[in-house]
Amino acid sequence: MLDDFLVRAVLAAVGAALAAAPLGVFVVWRRMAYFGDATSHAAILGVALALALSVPVFAGTLVVALLVAFGVARLTGRGYAADMVLGVAAHAALATGLVASSLLSGPRLNLEAYLFGDILAVSKMDLAVIWGGGAAVAALIGWRWQALLLSTLSPDLAAASGVKPERERVTLMLALALVVAVALKVVGALLIAALLIIPAAAARPLSRTPEGMLAGAASVGVIAALGGLWAAWSFDTPAGPSIVCVAAVTFGISALGGHLVGGRNG
Amino acid sequence: MSGLIEAQGLTLRHGTREVLRDVDFSIAPAEIVTVVGPNGSGKSTLLRALIGALKPSRGKVTRQPALRLGYVPQGLRLDGSMPMTVARFLNLPKRVSAADCSKVLDEAGAGDLADRQMSDLSGGQFQRVLLARALLNDPQILILDEPTTGLDQPGQASFYRQIEALRDRMGCAVLMVSHELHVVMSASDRVICLNGHVCCEGHPEVVAQAEEYRALFGTGTQGALALYRHEHTHRHDHAPGETCDAG
Repeated sequence: MLDDFLVRAVLAAVGAALAAAPLGVFVVWRRMAYFGDATSHAAILGVALALALSVPVFAGTLVVALLVAFGVARLTGRGYAADMVLGVAAHAALATGLVASSLLSGPRLNLEAYLFGDILAVSKMDLAVIWGGGAAVAALIGWRWQALLLSTLSPDLAAASGVKPERERVTLMLALALVVAVALKVVGALLIAALLIIPAAAARPLSRTPEGMLAGAASVGVIAALGGLWAAWSFDTPAGPSIVCVAAVTFGISALGGHLVGGRNG
Repeated sequence: MSGLIEAQGLTLRHGTREVLRDVDFSIAPAEIVTVVGPNGSGKSTLLRALIGALKPSRGKVTRQPALRLGYVPQGLRLDGSMPMTVARFLNLPKRVSAADCSKVLDEAGAGDLADRQMSDLSGGQFQRVLLARALLNDPQILILDEPTTGLDQPGQASFYRQIEALRDRMGCAVLMVSHELHVVMSASDRVICLNGHVCCEGHPEVVAQAEEYRALFGTGTQGALALYRHEHTHRHDHAPGETCDAG
């Protein structure tokens, strides 16, 4: 069954969507959208470095994403405006990655595949990375779930309850780097942040609890993965962007529905 | 150690600015301490250092081992990006029974709010929910940072009445920061006047007469003082006896 490239593509897309959901809700709650962008753009640099050093691409992206995440967190912790640091990091990481990949000799790096994803070329090894990484993200966030929620609502309340907000922030950065490495093959560096944010945003108007929103985000993610692949197959469109488009449509419907029902965001 | 929480030589910087300098602090079981001071005098910083949310640049904070503390932060608002019912909020970070939930909500005067979304609450309801959460683990000390900010006058009065009633019943220590000097002073065993350092401290009446205090709060003190004196006598008549001698 896994020998069929389409089956592998479906499994990869669903796996990436499920891995993104538990982190995506926190990206929305903590307003980390731009942070996700900066970290995922750094993946291109990770790919270039991995190929230059002949180490697995997964390891390269994971390490570089981690470095960028912690670097940005450190700078903002020192009083630099977060918006500015992220603006610098997101674009610098992308540009550096593009330059580094152009310096690689030979035709080894298909840049487009890493910028926009290359889901139809997913190997069994990639599948193992996606589901293994996804399981690690779910385990990590599931383990810290309660403490993460409280630190997100109020770091001071967390501290008063014996939770260390800085440690929970590290948890999220680890998870983010994992998701970037996992989702790179599926939607590409430019659209990873979309896979994080849009399903969670679509789930918001329909949920009453954090757990409800997580379940909603996972469901929307899976719907987007399947619908996007179907669209890509039917209309011969690129798979990664198609997945994000379906997610965006779901968001539109949900926002409209939430508004009609009574708009909890008002 | 005798105090629930103690601080020695506590110094704290935000960037290059020294917010607190050489603050010594201690609060005994069942004692009620109020911290007053002008804006930017480090009141919230002191509280956040005492609960462990801020690391001191110098000096140290010691909390009694396994101290149960309830904290109501200043001006917390939730923006609604996270769906969160009141009942779910009370279950963070530890799960509690539904019975405990409704018990503390009742105690805080928020009994009918369990199913509401946190982001839909009014300022007063929100403060009551925060108070309910602070009461969850049967605290030995309640730490309240300007808990009535944003409430109207009747709301403030009823919130403080609630706190007094709770303290009388639970016998916990209370440490609060407040602007409503005349209100809280009447109910305090000890007042700490803070302005980066401890200007003066002691029994409310002593502090109110102190030159340092008058220098900080200027001419407006006269009116507040009169009101405070009135309320002090009033409260004194009903006081069941001193629970603690601030010395």
